[in-house]
Amino acid sequence: MPSISVESLGKRYRIGEPGSDYTTLKEALTSSARGLAASARSRLRGDGRRRREHIWALRNVSFDVAPGEAVAVIGANGAGKSTLLKILSRITEPTEGRATIRGRVGSLLEVGTGFHPELTGRENTYLNGAIIGMTRREIARKFDEIVEFAEVSRFIDTPVKRYSSGMYLRLAFAVAAHLEPEILIVDEVLAVGDAAFQKKCMGKMGDVAQQGRTVMFVSHNMDAVQRLCSRGILLESGNVVAQGPIAAVVARYLSARDVESAPGEWVDLAAANRTGDGEARFARVRYSGDDAGPAGNAYPHGRLTVEMEIDAEHALTVESLAAGVWSAGGVKLVNADTVARGWTVQLRPGRNRVVLSIDELYLNPGSYRLGLWMGSGLGAAYDYVESAFRFDVVPAGTREFGVTPAKDGLVPCAFRVAVDQVPTLR
Amino acid sequence: MMDHAPIVHIRPGRGWASLELGELWRYRELLYFLVWRDIKVRYKQTALGASWAVIQPFGTMVVFSLFFGRLAGIPSDGVPYPVFAYAALVPWTFFAQGLSQSANSLVASQDLIRKVYFPRLAIPAAAVLAGLVDFAIAFVVLVGMMVYFGITPTQQVVWIIPLLGLAFITALGVGLWFSALNVQYRDVAYIVPFAVQFWLFATPIAYPSSLLPEQWRLVYSLNPMVGVVEGFRWALIGTETAPGPMVLVSAAAALAILIGGAFYFRRMERTFADTI
Repeated sequence: MPSISVESLGKRYRIGEPGSDYTTLKEALTSSARGLAASARSRLRGDGRRRREHIWALRNVSFDVAPGEAVAVIGANGAGKSTLLKILSRITEPTEGRATIRGRVGSLLEVGTGFHPELTGRENTYLNGAIIGMTRREIARKFDEIVEFAEVSRFIDTPVKRYSSGMYLRLAFAVAAHLEPEILIVDEVLAVGDAAFQKKCMGKMGDVAQQGRTVMFVSHNMDAVQRLCSRGILLESGNVVAQGPIAAVVARYLSARDVESAPGEWVDLAAANRTGDGEARFARVRYSGDDAGPAGNAYPHGRLTVEMEIDAEHALTVESLAAGVWSAGGVKLVNADTVARGWTVQLRPGRNRVVLSIDELYLNPGSYRLGLWMGSGLGAAYDYVESAFRFDVVPAGTREFGVTPAKDGLVPCAFRVAVDQVPTLR
Repeated sequence: MMDHAPIVHIRPGRGWASLELGELWRYRELLYFLVWRDIKVRYKQTALGASWAVIQPFGTMVVFSLFFGRLAGIPSDGVPYPVFAYAALVPWTFFAQGLSQSANSLVASQDLIRKVYFPRLAIPAAAVLAGLVDFAIAFVVLVGMMVYFGITPTQQVVWIIPLLGLAFITALGVGLWFSALNVQYRDVAYIVPFAVQFWLFATPIAYPSSLLPEQWRLVYSLNPMVGVVEGFRWALIGTETAPGPMVLVSAAAALAILIGGAFYFRRMERTFADTI
């Protein structure tokens, strides 16, 4: 018997009615920032106030999850992933269809839910544990383990309002990670803390998946998803468009979103899938690879120049402007970020042209994705286009010598070989 | 492992939902922690701390004694006016605080409601229960006042426990209505302080209900706090009002409010996460 079976599940949201708020709207709409702005404008003007519109955030969704299986739900923002998890966690009710869940469910849609700033770390551990469904005895038994995992033992009797944001998140995750239900529903909680802690979290999640627990996992991190889950469900505008082995579903998801771009060709980003507050927005982008001119391809060890046009509403100092390169499998390989150098980019109102050059690209021939980020130094996004376009790195016949090995890696390296004779004893 | 696993069916709900009190019972530890949190947090970073639990009813008692007792000369059923007023203000403050806190409780816990499942009834229930600590503190002062005025209670003092239960039922019942309405209409936040003030004067706190003509007293007791307040005075300081019938009418009214509120709450509960 499956742990979770879902039959033609659907969730409809009403929009344009008093009482439906922006969060619902945001989740319900296929959340292009522009659509949101437009609906906000129409709300302000007062038209559409009484218009009752329905939006299916989820429709006709059916699948089974076997006991012990780890399943990833993937899809673009607004595809209905969160709505699905909320229904399975019983936070909201479906409009149609049904789901049956066999086993004790623990759901983590956020870490640190219910943390109270005035309470100490110890008190919050108990409170948060109870909120996510642990018994008092269970928390008491795991308390030392939680504190040790979070690395906050010295501050456990300090109110969490005095914690650094890193400590706060570590404690929050540590409590969540020690929840041990038969079925675990997780939404994007891995992206907390510094790199070392993230690695620890991933390890913990891997343990959970290996202990034979049923896991449903939503994430934008394709790398994490592929490491933790064996099966994937791809949602698009509320419908299941693919399900099956994780690698195939991830590949389908990534390829469906990509615009392939030839060197020197402008890619219009007006309709791109993006997040951010929109204070400044990437309008279009093009790349060129060769030193020789704008029509060049990208080569291993060659230059990659990214030329972007940015629309700014007002003068703005951008502390973090970055171009990132992802592998076809969704692993982030490169992040050329001004914040790492302490450079800032001054934008004037209107359209700005910014050129970012990566002097030497350590990438083997293959297909890659390029993403663009613009935000404050503290990590708030003005505009984030995770997938601006796909581009190819082609073999550079003139620079390299020899044959490309059959199973080459993603990244080239400079290496040498030395041979010496080793005297052997007879 | 899966043999005795709970099976949950998720499907669209229609019409009136059952109260699922068993589910609430399974989550009693969470209820305990929510109450504990509210108590812990209530007077954090205040200079006077828990003395606020006394200052509010005591201050009101002083004002009432001056204006209603002295200046207006309102009768007090033959007991000193300060005790007369304070004995009513202690359960009243528990009720008024419980009502205000629970009416606001769902909106204040919107993060929880959007991210975690548990029976939502626990939230307003915890908000009312947390007021018991304040009640206990204010009650100690009441005992002190009775000693000062030389009033010795009789055995009927045990009645304050069910009467406190009645105040709890009333606060929770009204709190359920208000908190569920507040999810959709934030107007409730403005209505509650006004309603509490109005209700204070519709309850025999500053005056005895013996001022009312006999035949109106039972109708008057449809306000459940009438039964609570008159009952408290009778149980503690032995006012000779014999409030039995009034308490019964009040209890019936309070139960009606609570049961209606609980069903209304359960019906609205399924859209809380979407509308809050």
